[in-house]
Amino acid sequence: MESLRYTVLLAFAGLLLLTIIYLHPVGFPGDAPMDEYFIRNSQSETGSNNVVTGVLFDYRGLDTLGEASVLFAAASGVMLLFRRKKNE
Amino acid sequence: MNEGMSAIVKTMSVLLIMPMTIFGMYVIIHGHLTPGGGFPGGAVMATMMAMLFVAFGAEKSKKFLGKGSLSTIESLGLLAFAAVAFIGIQATFFSNFLANSASYFGMSISYGPNPGYLNSGGVLPLMNLAVGIEVFAAITAIVLVMLTYREEKS
Repeated sequence: MESLRYTVLLAFAGLLLLTIIYLHPVGFPGDAPMDEYFIRNSQSETGSNNVVTGVLFDYRGLDTLGEASVLFAAASGVMLLFRRKKNE
Repeated sequence: MNEGMSAIVKTMSVLLIMPMTIFGMYVIIHGHLTPGGGFPGGAVMATMMAMLFVAFGAEKSKKFLGKGSLSTIESLGLLAFAAVAFIGIQATFFSNFLANSASYFGMSISYGPNPGYLNSGGVLPLMNLAVGIEVFAAITAIVLVMLTYREEKS
């Protein structure tokens, strides 16, 4: 049982080491066609000078809807947590 | 019992209401032109409300701004955001139907630097406004509820 545990741990450590060795080198970005597309076309497609807002509210609008819902749920949760008992 | 802080703090916070509100609204309304948008602008305006709560006492503030009305404003903001997304459903969900349409917020701009026109952006200013209202009400409600909570005496 003990040896099996050590084997699994060693395999996991080896996997992590392999990941570190084959990580993408820092400072040499690969191809990013989506970034190029957003920077080139965001102004003419969404009409906003701010590319971040264009991505946040137009291209990735569903993500922003989820974000707003998370904030709504957080506020509802805090209100529920800090409620007062009416009687007693 | 919690009647706020001294007269100096109250006077200064009253003086600061106007600049903070104007800055928050500026960040929200110019969200499609400059860095910012609905989330940071709403947070700035919620900070203004938190300052008022601390300076004047949250118990006093509850008389004219309760958590019920704040919840209503917050829900209306989120509903407005989803509604603006649904209006463009004939193309896709979240389609920017106002951009480059030469109507409201429909000025078409091209790639490259420009002075920045408020009349551009399509539905992005509307969504920024809705999200700003929602964030403002949500953070204000959280601060208000936490400040006015009293421990149960048992």
